[in-house]
Amino acid sequence: MSLWVAVLIASLLSVAVKLAGYLVPESVMAGERTRRVTTLLPVALLAALVVVQSVTGDAGAIVVDARLAAAGLAIVLLLLRVNFLVIVLAAGALAAILRALGWG
Amino acid sequence: MSLDEPLSPTRRREVVRQAWSVGVASGTYGISFGALAVAAGLDIWQAQVLSLVMFTGGSQFAFVGIIAAGGLAAAPAAIATATMLGIRNGLYGLQTSQLLRVTGVRRLAAAQLTIDESTAVGIAQPEPPAQRLGFWQTGIAVFVLWNLSTLAGSLLGNALGDPRALGLDAAAAAAFVALLWPRLKSRDAAATAVLAIAIALLTSPLLPAGVPVILAAAAALMIGLRHPGRHEEPLEGGDGSLGGADPVP
Repeated sequence: MSLWVAVLIASLLSVAVKLAGYLVPESVMAGERTRRVTTLLPVALLAALVVVQSVTGDAGAIVVDARLAAAGLAIVLLLLRVNFLVIVLAAGALAAILRALGWG
Repeated sequence: MSLDEPLSPTRRREVVRQAWSVGVASGTYGISFGALAVAAGLDIWQAQVLSLVMFTGGSQFAFVGIIAAGGLAAAPAAIATATMLGIRNGLYGLQTSQLLRVTGVRRLAAAQLTIDESTAVGIAQPEPPAQRLGFWQTGIAVFVLWNLSTLAGSLLGNALGDPRALGLDAAAAAAFVALLWPRLKSRDAAATAVLAIAIALLTSPLLPAGVPVILAAAAALMIGLRHPGRHEEPLEGGDGSLGGADPVP
């Protein structure tokens, strides 16, 4: 699969899911259990993505480096209610500095 | 006074102002998406197609994050994760289709603009004309600004050079922390996150990149399907705000 094909498939699936909300009768998707699971689904996926992005290296091995420090900084800044874009920039800057100093 | 009569000019300005302030606040995060997308190996056009067609921030960050971790081999996992993260938009559509009552091309446009922000601003308005105005104005504002800032971000990312030296991979880690954070408002959500983190940590060394993220979806099933009576209220607040909404579209 080329990257273009992946981009197009994922994009069209996103549109299809959105459109389904307008076309499918509410009863199909709105059960109590379904609603609970779909509310928790983004939590599970994003939590796993935090792991993948902050501590996994080549071949999936667990690696502690500047990315974990950046994720830690993000938590501190979130507790301080700092804006999303500032958090992302600050985390990148911290990692760049740590690496320039020869760590991570 | 009927709730369906046209909005007063004052009320109209109020809703439009709210819509565009949400649009500016969320739309500009596209800069970080564009920069991370090109750092992950996408070209500028691919990043732009994601913002134009996929147009839902959490899914877009997930897609490029998994490609960054596992390359083209992880593409099926990237597609699956992005799609699962987008399911909530379909649920929003169940609500917004009731208040918009659109058909044909306008229905397609409404569906494409159905994201956290447009839904939140729309359903937060008390009167139906303001709900419709709030939904459309917010959707259009986020769409325009998210796409312009994606382009700015990917051009910037291309001009900057070595993504690792610049800490762009670490910036991506921070972005996912910030996307997860506002969703951790209930014990069920916290339990799901802990379980998902454990699954990802344990399976990452054993499985191809991206697959652990899909497996972690099981955490939502395990917590969400536990026997009834031990769950809390859904995250959506009674005031029409979306408690678990992303800070990006």
